[in-house]
Amino acid sequence: MNDAPKTAPAPAPDSAARRQFVLDAAKMACGIGFAAGGLALYAKQSKALPPDALRPPGALAETAFQSACIRCGLCVRDCPYKTLDLAKPESNVATGTPYFNARTVPCEMCEDIPCVKACPTGALEHSLTDIRKAKMGLAVIVDQETCLNYLGMRCDVCHRVCPLIDKAITLDPEHNTRTGKHTRFIPVVHSEHCTGCGKCEKACVLEEAAIKVLPFALAKGALGKHYRLGWKEKERSGESLVPADTPHQYNLPEGYRYELGGRGLVRDEPALSTLPPAPGTAKGAR
Amino acid sequence: MAALKRPGAEAIVAKGWFAAHKWLIVRRVSQAGVLALFLLGPLAGVWIVKGNLNFSYTLNVLPLTDPYVLLQSLAGGATPEGKALIGAAIVLVFYFLVGGRVYCSWVCPVNLVTDVAHWLRRRLGIGRTVRIPRKLRYYALAATLALAAATGTVAWELVNPVSMVHRGLIFGIGAAWAVVLAVFLFDLLFAERGWCGHVCPVGAFYSVVALKSPLRVTAARRADCNDCMDCYAVCPEMHVIKPALKGAARGVGPVILSPNCTNCGRCIDVCSKDVFRFGLRYDNRVTESAGRMPAGAVAACSDRA
Repeated sequence: MNDAPKTAPAPAPDSAARRQFVLDAAKMACGIGFAAGGLALYAKQSKALPPDALRPPGALAETAFQSACIRCGLCVRDCPYKTLDLAKPESNVATGTPYFNARTVPCEMCEDIPCVKACPTGALEHSLTDIRKAKMGLAVIVDQETCLNYLGMRCDVCHRVCPLIDKAITLDPEHNTRTGKHTRFIPVVHSEHCTGCGKCEKACVLEEAAIKVLPFALAKGALGKHYRLGWKEKERSGESLVPADTPHQYNLPEGYRYELGGRGLVRDEPALSTLPPAPGTAKGAR
Repeated sequence: MAALKRPGAEAIVAKGWFAAHKWLIVRRVSQAGVLALFLLGPLAGVWIVKGNLNFSYTLNVLPLTDPYVLLQSLAGGATPEGKALIGAAIVLVFYFLVGGRVYCSWVCPVNLVTDVAHWLRRRLGIGRTVRIPRKLRYYALAATLALAAATGTVAWELVNPVSMVHRGLIFGIGAAWAVVLAVFLFDLLFAERGWCGHVCPVGAFYSVVALKSPLRVTAARRADCNDCMDCYAVCPEMHVIKPALKGAARGVGPVILSPNCTNCGRCIDVCSKDVFRFGLRYDNRVTESAGRMPAGAVAACSDRA
């Protein structure tokens, strides 16, 4: 191939070889570029962790986690409760990365956090030494319409299984306006303490859990920076920020009134005309 | 292709079956052994090795990291910690010493798949199909690192058949079997030695590691070559042989210096004249008679044989 052509003057063999090289290189670059483009789109998609998948305790923020985790599975191996699993290629979690589903097997919050210790890269931060400081997600009552406690019953299961009972989940008593004489014990999650272990979601007695652990960013609201909570300001400054002589405004919903020092919040009896006619009455018979 | 003369047939006659398969057997034992060590934990509860080929922890003392995965992780913006870095250093030094692509032929589980595909391809007499430039893998290697940097993820690990197969065997296969099948069919029907020899960026990475590796195959007794071509038939990277085997006339030494050589040793097995052996890259002097042989000398040698 490198022999000089013996006949008519042709382009120097060097130039032909160079042409071929550039052509080959361009072809390969195109082919690889095409494949890489596809992979880039796939990578972009799998960067979004599905909301029902939770990372092990101490995991870096999802974007940092996906470059830091080298998919070795040592956290999976050292989890004594087989909570963790490595994502299979068909799953919608990035292939080979560890995750768990709270409704299937929640995190048991081991005191010694073996999964974090096992991580060779720091994708699970070794600075996490107290499992109570873990933030795997945040539990949220996603459905007040089906939660039994909201319906006025004493299910309380999420509260009772919570490893940080009365801190991460409290039951806040509230007047049951439906019956007018009972109390509803509303499960309230406190983000300061909730680790996102998922035991509440696992234990929820409903067919579809009414309490679910969601990614923190999805579940947590944020007050405007300029917001001030009156009662906290009062605590801090020792007096109310609102002048004492301002007449109190109740802003009650329609049909309610407030008896200060008396019965408290009272629902007005609806006008008779709006009630459905009682059976057997003259009106009903008509 | 010359009919169905099995490559190595001559060697079996000349040296006996075992000697003609020695390195192949040792290599298969190595591949199976590595896999067995990893499987012993999950299957039998004997935890000698934990993890997978991306990172493993042996007897709770020896960390081993795939340096290529770690490099992607770094490119993606991560700052890995001690254990992973130490593991990568150990692996890099080891594969530098024994020849980078020893990983491919002695450890990688995909090699078993592509070797079977190649064997079947010969058996079925499937001729040349698509030609892929062997340099493609380096472009693939560069692309995977660029992708890691651009997406901030270890993007190649989403689809890498090597880690997918190995992880699948140890942690549950899932749909990874489809990837194995795809690689198998690619090698069987699409391109001869297609995946490992042309495309795989993991192999390309270990080729780079092997650029100056001391342990190499050498055609030390190339003067005895009888041009039976069996070494070319079995070699997964057949372009690496010629410069060393036929280089005497041009004053090229007998050591196979190409970093693409996987040090599989199959050429040593199938050569009835024992031309090849393992050696060091430094032992590369041109020793044949007067050092530089006239062009006809090689042909003359083989005529004599």
